Amino acid sequence: MPRSRVTIDANEAAAYVAHRTNEVIAIYPITPASPMGEWADQWSSQGETNIWGTVPSIVEMQSEGGAAGAVHGSLQAGSLTTTFTASQGLLLMIPNMYKIAGELTSTVFHIAARSVAAQALSIFGDHSDVMAARATGWGMLFSASPQEVMDLALIAQAATLESRIPFLHVFDGFRTSHEIQKIEKLGEEDIRALIDSTAVASFRARSLTPERPVIRGTAQNPDVFFQARESVNPYYRAAPEIVQGVMDRFAQQVGREYRLFEFTGAPDAERILVLMGSGTEAAEETVGHLVERGEKVGVVKVRLFRPFSAEHLLRALPATTRSIAVLDRTKEPGSAGEPLYQDVLTAVNEGMGEGFAPFGTQPRVVGGRYGLSSKEFTPAMVKGVLDGLEGPAPRNHFTVGIIDDVTHTSIDYDPSFDVESPHVTRAVFWGLGSDGTVGANKNTIKIIGESTDLYAQGYFVYDSKKAGARTISHLRFGPRPIRSPYLIQKAGFIGVHQFGFLERYDTLGVADHGATVLLNSPFAAGEVWDHIPRSVQEQIVEKELKLYVIDAYAVARNARLGGRINTIMQTGFFALSGVLPREEAVEKIKEAIRKTYGKRGSVVVTMNEAAVDAALDHLHEVDVPAAATGSIPLPLVVPEAAPEFVRTVTAPMIAGRGDELPVSLLPDDGTYPVGTTRWEKRNLALEVPVWEPDICIQCGKCVVVCPHSVIRAKVCPEEAFQEAPGTFKRADARWRNLPEEKYTLQVAVEDCTGCTLCVEVCPAKDKSQVGRKALNMAPQAPLRVQGRAEWEYFLDLPHAKRGSDNGENGVGALAFTTAKDVQLLDPLFEFSGACAGCGETAYLSLLTRLFGERLLVANATGCSSIYGGNLPTTPWTCNDEGRGPAWSNSLFEDNAEFGLGMRLALDKQRVFAEELLRRLPDGEARALAKGILAADQSTEGAIRAQRRRVEQLKSLLDGGEDLEARDLLGVADALVDKSLWIVGGDGWAYDIGYGGLDHVLASGKNVNVLVLDTEVYSNTGGQASKATGLGAVAKFAAGGKPTPKKDLGMLVMGYGYVYVAQVAMGANDTQTIKAFLEAEAYDGPSLIIAYSPCIAHGIDMAKGLDQQDRAVKSGYWPLYRYDPRAPADRSPLHLDSKAPAMPLADYLYNENRYRMLKQSRPEAAAAFLQESERLVQDRWTRYERLAQAPEPHEGEAP
Amino acid sequence: MSLETTYLGLELASPVVCSSSPLTDDVANIRAMEDEGAAAVVLPSLFEEQITLESHQLDHFLTYGSESYGEALSYFPEPEAFAMGPDAYLDRIRAAKAAVDIPVIGSLNGVSTGGWIEYAKHIEAAGADALELNIYYIPTDPRQTGADVEAMYLEVVGDVRKNVSIPVAVKLGPFFSAVANMAARLAGAGADGLVLFNRFYQPDLDLTALEVVPHLVLSRSDELRLPLRWVAILHGRVDVDFAITSGVHTHEDVLKGLMAGAQVCMMTSAILQHGIPHIGTVLADVARWMEENEYESVRQMAGSMSQRHVAEPAAFERANYMKVLQSWRADPTGGVGRPGGSVLPRP
Repeated sequence: MPRSRVTIDANEAAAYVAHRTNEVIAIYPITPASPMGEWADQWSSQGETNIWGTVPSIVEMQSEGGAAGAVHGSLQAGSLTTTFTASQGLLLMIPNMYKIAGELTSTVFHIAARSVAAQALSIFGDHSDVMAARATGWGMLFSASPQEVMDLALIAQAATLESRIPFLHVFDGFRTSHEIQKIEKLGEEDIRALIDSTAVASFRARSLTPERPVIRGTAQNPDVFFQARESVNPYYRAAPEIVQGVMDRFAQQVGREYRLFEFTGAPDAERILVLMGSGTEAAEETVGHLVERGEKVGVVKVRLFRPFSAEHLLRALPATTRSIAVLDRTKEPGSAGEPLYQDVLTAVNEGMGEGFAPFGTQPRVVGGRYGLSSKEFTPAMVKGVLDGLEGPAPRNHFTVGIIDDVTHTSIDYDPSFDVESPHVTRAVFWGLGSDGTVGANKNTIKIIGESTDLYAQGYFVYDSKKAGARTISHLRFGPRPIRSPYLIQKAGFIGVHQFGFLERYDTLGVADHGATVLLNSPFAAGEVWDHIPRSVQEQIVEKELKLYVIDAYAVARNARLGGRINTIMQTGFFALSGVLPREEAVEKIKEAIRKTYGKRGSVVVTMNEAAVDAALDHLHEVDVPAAATGSIPLPLVVPEAAPEFVRTVTAPMIAGRGDELPVSLLPDDGTYPVGTTRWEKRNLALEVPVWEPDICIQCGKCVVVCPHSVIRAKVCPEEAFQEAPGTFKRADARWRNLPEEKYTLQVAVEDCTGCTLCVEVCPAKDKSQVGRKALNMAPQAPLRVQGRAEWEYFLDLPHAKRGSDNGENGVGALAFTTAKDVQLLDPLFEFSGACAGCGETAYLSLLTRLFGERLLVANATGCSSIYGGNLPTTPWTCNDEGRGPAWSNSLFEDNAEFGLGMRLALDKQRVFAEELLRRLPDGEARALAKGILAADQSTEGAIRAQRRRVEQLKSLLDGGEDLEARDLLGVADALVDKSLWIVGGDGWAYDIGYGGLDHVLASGKNVNVLVLDTEVYSNTGGQASKATGLGAVAKFAAGGKPTPKKDLGMLVMGYGYVYVAQVAMGANDTQTIKAFLEAEAYDGPSLIIAYSPCIAHGIDMAKGLDQQDRAVKSGYWPLYRYDPRAPADRSPLHLDSKAPAMPLADYLYNENRYRMLKQSRPEAAAAFLQESERLVQDRWTRYERLAQAPEPHEGEAP
Repeated sequence: MSLETTYLGLELASPVVCSSSPLTDDVANIRAMEDEGAAAVVLPSLFEEQITLESHQLDHFLTYGSESYGEALSYFPEPEAFAMGPDAYLDRIRAAKAAVDIPVIGSLNGVSTGGWIEYAKHIEAAGADALELNIYYIPTDPRQTGADVEAMYLEVVGDVRKNVSIPVAVKLGPFFSAVANMAARLAGAGADGLVLFNRFYQPDLDLTALEVVPHLVLSRSDELRLPLRWVAILHGRVDVDFAITSGVHTHEDVLKGLMAGAQVCMMTSAILQHGIPHIGTVLADVARWMEENEYESVRQMAGSMSQRHVAEPAAFERANYMKVLQSWRADPTGGVGRPGGSVLPRP
C-alpha cells in the first residue's frame, strides 16, 4: 500500500511514532519539545490508539525530574513508556537515566536538542543538552530532518527493545523540531513490522511483579559494584550491529536506507567533514555541489553517536582521507576538545594503532564548533571549513559562523557562496504575529506539499517580544527533497506584510535579482513610491525588483477580518508566484480555509473566502521608476542620546544584525545594563490613550494597572512647567495636602501597546457625554511627534519618592497606600515585551514603585523571565539616582532557593558589616557607626536616611589602608535594608518549584514571594499546571482539567508564621497595595498570590480587569490577607472580599478555556461546573470560619 | 366540550402554547408543560448573533496570540470537532421531540439574510414540527425608510420559506406604519402564521454607573390588548393563523384571544410567575367558563369577536380612542387616572 505524504514538522513526526509505540507517556512542557507532549495528549484525548489497539495513558508531571521518575517506574512495572524533553529538562532527567540504563531497560526519549543555559538562557537548538547526558549509558541516535525524525524514532524504538539499551532520539531544536517538510508517513504496518513482538514480550517478562518477585535497585559495596558495572559491556558492544540490523530491516520495509555513519562525497575524498544533526543536511548539499565541481571532499553523517563504534566510523571513511574536520554543535569550556571531535580522534588513533583503519597515513583531525543556539550553519560555512582543511596545518579548535576577535578561533568564509538550486522556489515573508502570516504560510506549504508533486519546506523565525511580535517565514518548494536547513539567502519572492517594516528592517536584503515583492500598503500603486524610504527604493531599482501592492488591511476590514490579513496576502503570493495555476490556487486556499476554520463555524469560512476573492481585485503592480527618487531616510534604530552600549551592541540586535556582533562586544559573564527598553521605540499601538484633565479625578487607577508602565503621573509646582511644550497638559492637583501643586498625566505614545486597559478602568465620565472618559483612545500616528516631546519633558520633571534623605516621608507626606498616591511613584519596570494587556506586569510595576530602589529579584524562568530578561532590550531599570532593581534568573525549578540564597548573603553581609562597625577604632567613622547600628529602618524615609549615613561612612573609609576598613567598604551597602522578592509563575510555584518554595517559606527567613498566577504554563503555550481550574481546557488537559486548583495559600497558611495574601488588582487595587506593603514589612516569609489574566485564558485582554472582578465576585478568587502578626484576639486571616454573589458560570464562561469544553464535551462541562460551584461554596465557608475571631478561653475576659 | 384547535396545520389539544422562554430550554419543563395540558411549546430562540458571534469568538480566541512567539505557537488544544451553541440547540430539539408528544416549535431570531439562515434547515432536520421566525430589528439609521425595513423582513421570511417545508410562523413587533398591509405581505412571502406581538425589552439607564443596562419586566394582562386589537382586525382579512402573545395570564385572556381570532394564545410571564401548573389551572378555568357559558368548543368562539364579527367594528379603530378619552376620569384613589373613574378630586 502506498504511504501517505504529509506536511508536518519533526515534533509531530516524533510524537506520531512515540504515541504509536508506547503505552504510557509522561510529559512536561519545555521549549522546543512541548509540542510532542501536546500532540500525544491531544491524540489520546481523541481516543487514538497505539499499534496494539489501546489508547496510551498520558500523565503530566510536576517537572522533568518527575517525568523521568514516572517513566522509570512505569518501565519497571512493564509498560512501554516514553517522554519528550530538551535542555534543562533533560538535565533534570539525568539521575533517572543512569538508573534506567544501569538496569538495561528499553525506552526512547525524544529530544528536541536545545542549548543549556549558561551566561544566558536560550530556547534555541544545539547539542549541549544531550552532550551533558552522554555519560548516562544511553544510546544516542541523531536525526537530521523531519523525515529522518519519523524514521529514526521508529528505528530507535525497535533498537532499544532488541538491544535493551535505552535511547535518546535527538534532533535539533527549532531547526528540525519546528521545520515543516513534506515527508512520507510510516504506516501502521511499517511500525508493526519493525517492532519485534518477541522483544516486547521479553521486555514485559522482565517487569516487576509479585507473580515472580525479584529485587532490583539494590545497594552494592566495594566488593561487587565495579564488576557489576562492567557486566553490561556485551550489550553496548552488540548495540551498533543491532541498530544497523534494524536500519537494514527498515530499508527492506520502507525503502529508505540508513547507516550508523554515512559517507557522502567523492569516492576518493581527501578532506572530510564529520558532524551530526541538521548540519549534516547542509554539509551533504554543499559537498554534492563541490564534488560535481571536482573537489575531493566528503562528509560523514553520524547517526549513532552512542554507543560509539570506532570500527563503523572508520569503515565509513574513504582510504584516501587526509584530513578530517569534526564539527560539534556544543561547547565544553576547558576541555581538550568537544565530544565528537574527541571520539573521532580516538577512533582514528585506535584504528591506526590497532590496524582497523583504512588509511595508509594517519589523517589530520581537527575540531571546531558551529551553530550554538541555532546560529545559522550555511553551505558557505561548510565550504569555509572544508577549505580550511586544504593546507598542511589546518586550524584546530576553531569556530565557524561568528567573528571571534578575542581568542581568534573563528575561521573565515565567503558568505556569498551558495548552493541553492535554480529549480527551487524560495519565498520570504515578513509579517506580524497578529496578522496570521505564519499560519497562512503553513497552509501554503500544506497546499503545495499535499496537492502537487513538489517538495516543500517551511521554517519560521519568531520574535523575542510577545506584543507586536514580528515573524519571518522562509518557504522553499522544489521538485526534489529539500535539504537546506538554513535560512533563505536569496529569495525570488518577498512578502512584506507591514508597510512600516520597510524602514525598520532590511526586508529586501534577501531579494534575488529580479525578485517579486508584494507589499501590504495603505498607499495605492500610483502613489506608494514616494512613501518608500530612499535606500529601499535604491534596492528595488538596483535589483530590478517587480513591485506589487495590495491594501490588505482595507480588504480585511471589508471582509470583517480585523487585522487578519493572512489569507489575503497568501492569495497575493499564489497569484504572483505562479507556483500553482491561479484558479487552482484560489480553490486550494479556500479548501484550506474550510479545513482550518470549518469546525469554528461557517461564518468564519465565508468571511475568509470572501477575502480571498477580494484580494485578487486589489492586487496592483507598481510602475517602478528607473532611479530612486525618494527623500525619506531610514530612521535611527536607537536615538543618538542612547548610551554607548545600547548604540553599539543593543541597536544591531534590534535591527536584526546581531549575528554581525563580534565576541569582544559581548559581556563575557552575561551581565547587561538595565533600562534598555526605553531606547527601543516600537510604536506598536494604532491607538493610544489621550488624557482629558477636566474630566480626570486623578484616582491613579490607569497608572497602576498599565501593564507596560506607559501612563505615568507626577505632581509639581506650576513653575516646573515653564519650559513645557505648548501641548503639555496639567490640572490642579486633587490632594488635600498638596494644595498648590499641579498634576499631570502623560502617555508614552511610542511605547504603548494600545491594550486599552487604562480606558477600561477609568471611572471618570464626561457629565455631558458619558461615553467619553478621562482617557479615550485616539489614533497614534498624529500624536507621535507631540507625544515624544511631552514624554521627554515629563521624564525630566521631579518625581515623588516614598521617603526623603532626611528620614521624612516623601512628597506631601503621602501614605502611598492607595493607587491615588502610588501613581506618583516612578516604576522601575517599563515597556516590557509582554503581551498587550498582560495581567502579570502591573504587579511588577507596582513592586518597583514601592520598593524599586532597594529591590533584589530572583525570577523563575517563564513569561516573567522572558519579558523581563530576553535580549535585545530589557525592562528593569533604575531611578534618577542610578538605583533600581537588581534582577537575576537562575532556573525554573530552583527559584525559591535562589532567592533564599540572596537573602542569606544579604543577612550574612549585614552581620559581618555590623561586626566590623563595632570593631572600628575611635574616630569619625566610629561615631557614624553608632548611628548606623542604632538606626530604625521601618519606613522608607528612615531607610533613605540610613543610606545617607552609609554613604558618608563609605566616603570616610574609601582609600584607607586598613584591611578591616576595606572589608567594611565591601559589605557596607548591606547595612541598608534591601527588599528581596522571589518572583515566578504558577508553573514554578505550584509545580516544578513547589518543593523548594515550601522549604524556603518554612525557613522563616525574610523573603517575599510573588506568584504571578496565570493558572497555566503561559510561556510555553498554556499547558495545565496544578493552578489550572477544574474543567479548564489547557494543553495537556485537552479534555478539561480533571482536578481542582491547588489551594496554595491555604497550604502555606498552615505554617502559621508565613504572611499570605491573595490579590487581584482588577478587583481591588487598594487591597493589592496593602498586601505588598504588609508582606514587605513582615520580618519573615511572605507569599502573595496574584491573579493574572493571560491570553491563554481566551478572554478579551482589554476586559482583563473586569474578569478579575468577576473571579472575585463569583467566589472563585477570594481576596484575603493572612497576617501572623494579628493580635491573639483576632484571626490572622482577614477576608477582603465578600461571599460569592455572582453565578460562577458568569465568570467561567466568559473565558474560552471553560467555554471550549462546553462546546466540545457539554456533559463533562456541566458536571465540572456543578462540582466547581460546590467547591467555591465549601472553600468560602471554610475561609469564613477561619477568619472568625478565636473564641476566648474560659475564664478570659471577652 | 372540546378545547382542540389547529395552528399552523398542527392539530392541538388545547389553545394554550408555551412561548419561547428559558423555561422551554429544559426537557423536564417541556414534559411538565405537556402534562399540564400545554398544546405545544416554542423553544428558546436561536439568535443570528449567537450563531455568528460564537463562531467569531471561537475563531478569535483559538487564533489570538498564536504563531507569534517561538515558545508558544498556540495557546489551546483544538479538539476534532466543536458542538457549537447552535448544534447543542439542535440536540435539544431532538431531545424534546423524543420526550413529548405535543408539537415542538423551533425558534430562530435574526434580521439579516446570510449563512445563519441555514439553521432553519437544521431545525427542520432535527425534527421541529414548525418554525417560529422572530424578527427583532431596531431601525436606528435615520436614512433607513420604512420601506427598507419592510423589504428586509420580507426577504428574511422568503429566504427561510425557501429553505424549509415545515410551517413557518413570523413573530414581529407592532411598530409598522401599516400593520395590516405588512401582515398580508408577510403571508404572501410565505408565512403560515403570525405571532403578535413581540415585546421589546427596553433598556434602562443606571444613574450610578452612568450606563445603559438591560431591564427585564414580565408582561401584565393589560398588555394583551394591543395584540388582541390587531388579531381582531386581521382575522379573516389575512389568510394566516394567528397566535397572541404578550399579556396572556388568565383564562379570560385566553378566551379573549380566541374570540379575537387567534388560533392559540401563548404564555410565558404567567408561567414564570406561577409555575408550570398554572397552565392546567388556566385550561381548567377556560373549560369551566365554557361550561358555565354553554360553549361546546373553542372553535365555536374562534374569531367571534373579531372586527368583522362584532356589532361595532369601529370600536377597534380611531373611534375607540375618542371614546376612551371622553370616558376618562381621575383616579378616585388619587393615583393616575383611569377610564371610567371620577374626574373630581376626592374631598
